[in-house]
This record gives sequence, C-alpha cells and structure tokens, in this order.
Amino acid sequence: MAHDAVPSSVKIAPPPVELERPALVANNHSIGWISDTVAGVIEDKTPGWWKLAISLSLLVSLGLPIGLIYLISTGVGVWGLNHPVAWGWAIVNFVWWIGIGHAGTLISAILFLLRQKWRTSINRASEAMTIFAVMCAGIFPAVHVGRIWFDWWLFPVPNANSIWPQFRSPLLWDVFAVSTYFTVSVLFWYMGLIPDLATMRDRFRKVAGKVTEPAARLRNKLAQFLYGAFSLGWTGSNRHWSNYEKAYLLLAGLSTPLVLSVHSIVSFDFAVSQLPGWHTTIFPPYFVAGAVFGGFAMVMTLMIPLVSLYRLNEIVTIRHLEVMSKVILVTGSIVGYAYAMEFFIAYYGGNPYELYAFKNRAFGDMNWSYWWMISCNVLAPQFFWFKWCRTTPWFIWLICGFVNIGMWMERFVIVVTSLHNDFIPGNWGYYSPTWVDMITYFGTFGFFMTLFLLFCRFLPLIAISEVKGVTPQADPHHPLGGAKH
Amino acid sequence: MDSLDDYQIPYGLMAEFDTPAGVMHAAEKVRDEGFTRWDVHTPFPVHGMDDAMGLKNSQVGWFTFFCGLCGFFGGMLMIWYMNAYDYGIPVGGKPNFSPFASFPVAYEMTILSGAFGSLLGMLYLNRLPRLHHPLLKNMRFADVTHDKFFVVIEADDPKYDEEETRKLLKKTGSKHIELVNE
Repeated sequence: MAHDAVPSSVKIAPPPVELERPALVANNHSIGWISDTVAGVIEDKTPGWWKLAISLSLLVSLGLPIGLIYLISTGVGVWGLNHPVAWGWAIVNFVWWIGIGHAGTLISAILFLLRQKWRTSINRASEAMTIFAVMCAGIFPAVHVGRIWFDWWLFPVPNANSIWPQFRSPLLWDVFAVSTYFTVSVLFWYMGLIPDLATMRDRFRKVAGKVTEPAARLRNKLAQFLYGAFSLGWTGSNRHWSNYEKAYLLLAGLSTPLVLSVHSIVSFDFAVSQLPGWHTTIFPPYFVAGAVFGGFAMVMTLMIPLVSLYRLNEIVTIRHLEVMSKVILVTGSIVGYAYAMEFFIAYYGGNPYELYAFKNRAFGDMNWSYWWMISCNVLAPQFFWFKWCRTTPWFIWLICGFVNIGMWMERFVIVVTSLHNDFIPGNWGYYSPTWVDMITYFGTFGFFMTLFLLFCRFLPLIAISEVKGVTPQADPHHPLGGAKH
Repeated sequence: MDSLDDYQIPYGLMAEFDTPAGVMHAAEKVRDEGFTRWDVHTPFPVHGMDDAMGLKNSQVGWFTFFCGLCGFFGGMLMIWYMNAYDYGIPVGGKPNFSPFASFPVAYEMTILSGAFGSLLGMLYLNRLPRLHHPLLKNMRFADVTHDKFFVVIEADDPKYDEEETRKLLKKTGSKHIELVNE
C-alpha cells in the first residue's frame, strides 16, 4: 500500500487559510434547508412586488402585438428601413437577444464540463433566461421578411412550385441553428427540472392532509397533479441517477459545440457576405465572446434584484457575483481586443473600402453608436479589476446595465454603420428607427419579463438537487456528510 | 383475514438513513450480500454510489451516439435529396451538392437528434415516465426528495427473506425499517 509507506513522522499540512474557498452555500445549512428555501419561493404567498412587476411587464408586452399587427397588416415600410439600410433594428434585436441566451448555455453546459460547482446556484434561472431570450429573438427574423405568410419557405418542405429551400445560404443555416438551439435548451432545462419537480410534488403531498380550505385544497391537488405528471414518477433511485447523470453530461457535451456553433452561424449571416465591415474571418469567435459577455450581464441584471427580493443570498452569494464579474471582465476584454484587431486589419489589409468602413464607424455620422459601444463594452468592465467593484451588488448591476446597452450598440454598429455608407456615395444614407421599431423592441422586454416572472413564481428557480450535491453535507467522505474518519 | 391489509402483496423493505455516508456504507453491505433487485434512493446523486452499489457504466451514450450519427447522415441525405436529386438548384456554377456547404445544417441535426437520443434514452433505460410506484404512496418516503436517504430491497429478489433482510438492514445502522406494500 502506497500510503502505508509514508512514515508517520511526515505531517501533511492542511492548505493555508488564504487558499481556502468560502462554501458555496453560506452558513453550513442542512440540505433540507436548501429545498425549504427554494421551494418557499413557490409556496409562500405571492409577493406584492411580483404582482406589480407582472402587471408592468404585461403592459409593456402589449407593444409586441401592436407593433407586429401594424407591421404585418401594412408592410415593412412602417419600420425605419430604407435604401441602403435594409437591415435595421429587427436584426440588431435578433442578434442581441440570441446572444443573451448564450450565457445560459455557457453556465449550464460549459461550466459543467469544466467542473465549476458554483454554476449550480444560477444555472436554472440562466437556462430559463436562455429559452425566453431565444423566443424573443425568433420573432424578429420571422417578421422581418415582409411577407410573413411565406415564412414556411424556411422549413425543409417544397413550396408551391416544388422547389426546396436552398441549403447553401447562411440564412438557412441560421434557421436550423436557432431552432436546434431552442429545442436542445428546452430539453436540457426540462431534464434538470425533473428531480426538482419531484421535490415540489412531494412537498405538496406532505402538506395535503393539513389543508382544509376548499380553494387551497384544489390548489394543492392541482400542484400535486402537475408537478407529479411532469416529474415523470421520479423516485431519486440511484439506478436512475446513474443514467440521469450520464445523460446530463452528454447533453452538456452536445450543448457546448452547439452554443459555439449558433453564434458562429449567426455571424456567418454577415461574414459570408462581401460587404466591408461584415466580410471578416474574426466574426465567429468575436460573436461568441460578445454573446457570453452580454449574456452574463443579463444574468446579473436579473439575478441581483431577484436574489435580494427573495432573500436567497445564502445560495447566490457574493462569491458567485464576483466570479461572474470576472467572466464579464475577461469576455469584455476579448471583445475589446476584437474591436482593436478589426481596426488593425482594416488598415493592414490594404483594402480602401474596408478602411473607409471602419473610419466611418468611429468618426462618421453614426459615430455616437461606436463610442457608446466602446465605453460600455471595453471601458465599463475594467472596473472589475477592483475587488470592491466585483463584490458590491448595486455597482455590478450598474455596470451590467451598461454592458447590456453596449452589446446592443455593438450589433447596431455592425449592422447599420456597415450598410449606411457603402461603396459609392450615391449609395449613402442614414437610418432612424420609427415608433413601430421601438414598441416592438420594448414589447419583447415585456414578453421576456412576463415569462421570467411566471417561471420564478411556479418553478424552482434554483436547481435544488444540484445545489444540495455541491455542499459538504452531501459528500459521503466529509465529516458533515456523516463520514466517521 | 379480516382486514384488507392482509391481502396486500409486499413490495419490499425500506430502510431510512440520515447521511450520505450512512446510506453508502449500507449499500456496500447490501451489494456484498449479493442482492440484485434493490435500490438506493437519494435527494441528489451521491458521489461514489454507483461503485457502492456495483453498477456498471450507464448505457445512455449509445443512444446519443447512434441518434447523433443518424442526425448527421440524415441531414446530409436530406440536403442532397432536396438540392441535388429531387430539384437541383444550380447556383453560380457550384456543385448541386457539396458536403462543405451542407456541413453546418448536418452538424445542427447531429446535435438535435443526439440530444433527443440522450433524454429519451435516459427515460427508456429508467423505464420512465412511470406515474405509479409503491414507494410514492409512502409518506415517510416523501422525504427522499428533501433530506433523507433510503435503501429499498424488493420482495422479489431471490435472496429476500423478510426476517433476514430486516436484520441485515438493522445491522447497517438504519433507524427506521418499514415493509412497503405494492
């Protein structure tokens, strides 16, 4: 035996105190406390702020049907599109929303493969964010085509003249990428929910006998039925967990190349064209980094208020926020590097049109969008070099707000400034959105927030079984897990 | 034979534990006794439990692999059929079918069907959905998704004997042992 060979005089010192990491769930709570706390969000009375927030979200989401009905019944002329700017806010919003989704998959899949245990506190809400963001994103390409009754031409079915879709176009690749992304995200999210839905089923079952009021009894019955049906008869069997964990690992392994491919394919929509400012090979990695950057900012924008309103700060601790701030700093710097490199290649590549496109971005008549982008995406995250900035929730929230704006501006810069002044001055123009553009975009915020608030109210917004699994109490080889030696 | 309870068929013996270490040591003992129809139920996957139970590596990967493979070749075949065979669309003198232009879509199809294969394969191997289970009627077992750990030995295990098995479970340190009926 190897460890018998070590003489007893050799003492193995424990790691120094400064290298010890704070626990992921603060204050060494029992594993039962975790389900009580997370399920408490669903079981408690609906908070007043929630009612206010959902009313506001529903009101804002009205912009979506109003904007879309007006658009469809009239034509794309109601948007600010013109010649030469034929892609405007719709495409900007599409890329922005789909980019936000990427952080959810990064947290749920890539950080899982990298064994980052802190992800368990935030992965459920981030995955929900992904699904709702992709739903918002999907609206825009579907309606920007003008005659939306021909949207079915995107699907692999022959049209009235027996012609199939043309698979050499990145726009069609995008259809497959985005719909696959949405479907796989839903599958992954649902699979993660199964054990937690079983927790909810059992909790409602345990209290069923104590409920006397008829309305409450009906609610309890309905909750037992719905959580029970969707938890598929989960009993926490280890034979099941064994297959479940393998399937989870495989889904994480599949989602990782998927998330990288989705924003790469979105970037092909631009990069495969021959327009200066779009036709660059740097686009796929630059888009993916930007997506993660913007998505993490949105995760924090949602999680920071949610955690304090639901008092979940022992599960989503300052350490979680600090780690996410570091991710924002890194990806923000990658994005900054990409901006600089694009400029350098525009100069070094010797193509006058390319150089003009970039000079025009920074100093032309739409330079405001460029400098908003630089300030929000490259400069703002630099605050996260300082520990105070990374550990102060209100400050993180503020910076993340700027990042959200900056990432929208980045897509605006890419889409609009590349189009508005292209090869010959006869083709130069300007672009301004109309009120229809605006209410449609703000409508998607309302739609997104409505879905997210419903999710928080009715589904466990923290992955209960996963958080339990990363505590020392869950480790059979740890004294807190019952180990005797 | 007066009460209905006398006609009930036993499902198995259920032993409750408070800690993951406790249930894992119990599982090792049950495994060493040579039981085959038994299980451990936990609120979260306990690290090392597969070994403690003597389980083999999960077979889900095969479902993922074959579904993914079908997705890839299905995608390629679909594009070839649509753009080269059924209704060729010549664009700019390029070949009607090329694996390079078809790759992104076939790649997405690989992931899509691989993901369905993983989830449905997992459900098939676990024989889920199962909307009724003898254990789910037991109120004490409801804590399995909360903070308790259980070892359940089924009555139709060839080595099962109510008295002997109960003794074995007692020896493993369980504080609560209960007979669960079908």
